[in-house]
Amino acid sequence: MNFKLKDIVPQLITVFAVVLVFGFFTYNAQINMENRGIDFGYGFLSQESSFDVQFSLIEYDGSHSYFRAYLVGLLNTILVSVIGIIIATILGVIVGIARLSPNYLINKFAAFYVEFFRNIPLLLQIFFWYFAALRALPLPQDAEAMFGVFFLTIKGLYVPAFIWQNFNIFLYSVIAAIIAIIVIRAHAKKVQENQGKQIPVFLISIGLIFILPLLSFLIGGVRLSFEVPVLKQLATTSFIYEGGVSLPPELIALTLSLSLYTATFIAECVRAGIQGVGKGQKEAAASIGLTPNQVLKLVIMPQALRIIIPPTTNQYLNLTKNSSLAAAIAYPDLVLVFAGTALMQTGKAIEIVSITMFTYLTLSISISILMNWYNKKIAIQEK
Amino acid sequence: MFKYLKQLTSLVAMVAVLFTFTTESMAAKKSKTLKNTQKKGFVRCGVSQGLPGFSNADAAGNWTGVDVDVCRAVAAAVLGDANKVKFTPLSAKERFTALTSGEIDILSRNTTWTLSRDADIGLTFVGVNFYDGQGFMVRKSSGITSTSQFKDGISACTNIGTTTELNMRDFFNSKGISYEPVAFEKADEVVAAYDAGRCDTYTTDKSGLAAQRTKMKNPDEHIVLPETISKEPLGPVVRQGDAVWEDIVRWSLNTMIEAEEYGITSANADMMKTSDNPAIKRLVGAEGELGAAFGLDNDWSLRIIKQVGNYGESYKRNIADTGILPDRGPNQLWTKGGILYVPPAR
Repeated sequence: MNFKLKDIVPQLITVFAVVLVFGFFTYNAQINMENRGIDFGYGFLSQESSFDVQFSLIEYDGSHSYFRAYLVGLLNTILVSVIGIIIATILGVIVGIARLSPNYLINKFAAFYVEFFRNIPLLLQIFFWYFAALRALPLPQDAEAMFGVFFLTIKGLYVPAFIWQNFNIFLYSVIAAIIAIIVIRAHAKKVQENQGKQIPVFLISIGLIFILPLLSFLIGGVRLSFEVPVLKQLATTSFIYEGGVSLPPELIALTLSLSLYTATFIAECVRAGIQGVGKGQKEAAASIGLTPNQVLKLVIMPQALRIIIPPTTNQYLNLTKNSSLAAAIAYPDLVLVFAGTALMQTGKAIEIVSITMFTYLTLSISISILMNWYNKKIAIQEK
Repeated sequence: MFKYLKQLTSLVAMVAVLFTFTTESMAAKKSKTLKNTQKKGFVRCGVSQGLPGFSNADAAGNWTGVDVDVCRAVAAAVLGDANKVKFTPLSAKERFTALTSGEIDILSRNTTWTLSRDADIGLTFVGVNFYDGQGFMVRKSSGITSTSQFKDGISACTNIGTTTELNMRDFFNSKGISYEPVAFEKADEVVAAYDAGRCDTYTTDKSGLAAQRTKMKNPDEHIVLPETISKEPLGPVVRQGDAVWEDIVRWSLNTMIEAEEYGITSANADMMKTSDNPAIKRLVGAEGELGAAFGLDNDWSLRIIKQVGNYGESYKRNIADTGILPDRGPNQLWTKGGILYVPPAR
């Protein structure tokens, strides 16, 4: 009995203290807000926002609600995080492996990249890419077309828009190709386990993913045409491109700086993971006649991934949270649109900041759960 | 004997109670913000992060501008020294939170007076120290001379967290023009992006455009279009709930404007004590007890005029002589064709 009490009392005191502190702050905030005539409430979310946003994935303008503006900001944050994570991962893996390359030039170049980009504050890099790019890029009227259809200008990257006919048939053909690939892979694995025969799965997969959609064009009635951006004059020296899809320079600069920065950390995780696999494993694999590619793919990587995944999860979380620096260069993310403009127009500081914090928390926890699930999946299965 | 003693004690008690009541009401009148300011020895003032003519710090960290002068006037009135001000540079986004949370006591940061800001978020606007309106700046080479030449697809750089974003939408919507808003958190980045060619036009209050134009790489390449698309009365703001402090700030500003109306300047203020005009004598503290209403001495307004100057001096020093807006426009006294008109100090 005595022993139990000793265990519980400190915890009770801690809980009590935490509740007290929170209670004190809530009470204080309530009193202060009452004194200054500030109402607390989330009713404003359904009001008309009456401000526009530069770039949005869903249909939005000032006549929509503040909640819609919140969604616009959230989707923009997710967009930049997802693109950033994909690019950072690809780049990080390449650079991480390159750092272990026996080739002096590749090895040193990768080391230089890592040391350079991870040691400069991210905000500076964002400013650098944004303003350096703005200064370096041509005005719309001076832009040279890349491949005749892409235009990289100070006002953004203009790419042709796809105009589809019977897009759903095309989509079905892609889905069918993916299902076919999964089935073939499973079959190939079985064949190899039972008969030791190898089927060239990779080549078949590539073939399928090209041939099926191609068939949809030839016999499915799918038609694709492109809408190429066309230069339009607004005033004597002011031009834009019309038609096509435009990616604002803010999005490009932010994705570039976030992924270049985070890739350095991922590269180090990858290097640590590969080096963490015993040298004997590599030598043993080589001694049974596997090619260097097979050694990496079949022996080193599966073991290295267990070391790589947990710290890389941290980097993904960092990238997502760092994307809030977007406000500095006018990329309309959650912080700029919701915790910026919406907060100013409504004055609902406590409500909006709490929603924003909760949103980032949810995003981060979702990434954590996903990565933990993946980590568990690739962990050693004890039989 | 005992009977009298009892009556006497009750009388003493009553007097004591009355006395504590009166001292209590005097103290209450002195206002919490005023008391704190006098205890600290400086006025806590929120300003912009650098807008020439309104609030701008030089290399040595000295703040100048018409917004800065409002805070200096309050310091002169309350503390006797116009230099006893602690300036806190704030972004448009931070400003109201800094005021309502009590980090600053006056927000003098080219802030537009609107109904929702006044009524909704725990603020009180005390007056107008600059009548402004939103305008557009474009490159001269674009050939645009009026907003009627704007076309679909125009990109406009501006700040977030201001009335500018809302006015811009109203303007472009009413004209039926589609536009790309590019909104930055800090004014410096807006200017840099517009200057680099990211946007076709830069929109904010016209005074702001004129001031930022002086910061551009080549100011002569840019013009401010003649149209004004909104009313932007800019003025100092205080926290809601301290009526005495609110009055002190309001009348410090009014004193500067009224002093100009009566021709009282920092140079001649002392001599004006012997003037024949009672309105002038009241302003320089030679007649009446105007300061007592705020719990201040009678020389509060004289100190404002002597140390900071009247509104005209402040405008000339900060906005006209720096080449930002040499023409006072609506910010001229009502007696001279402008709309500056303040209630009488009496």
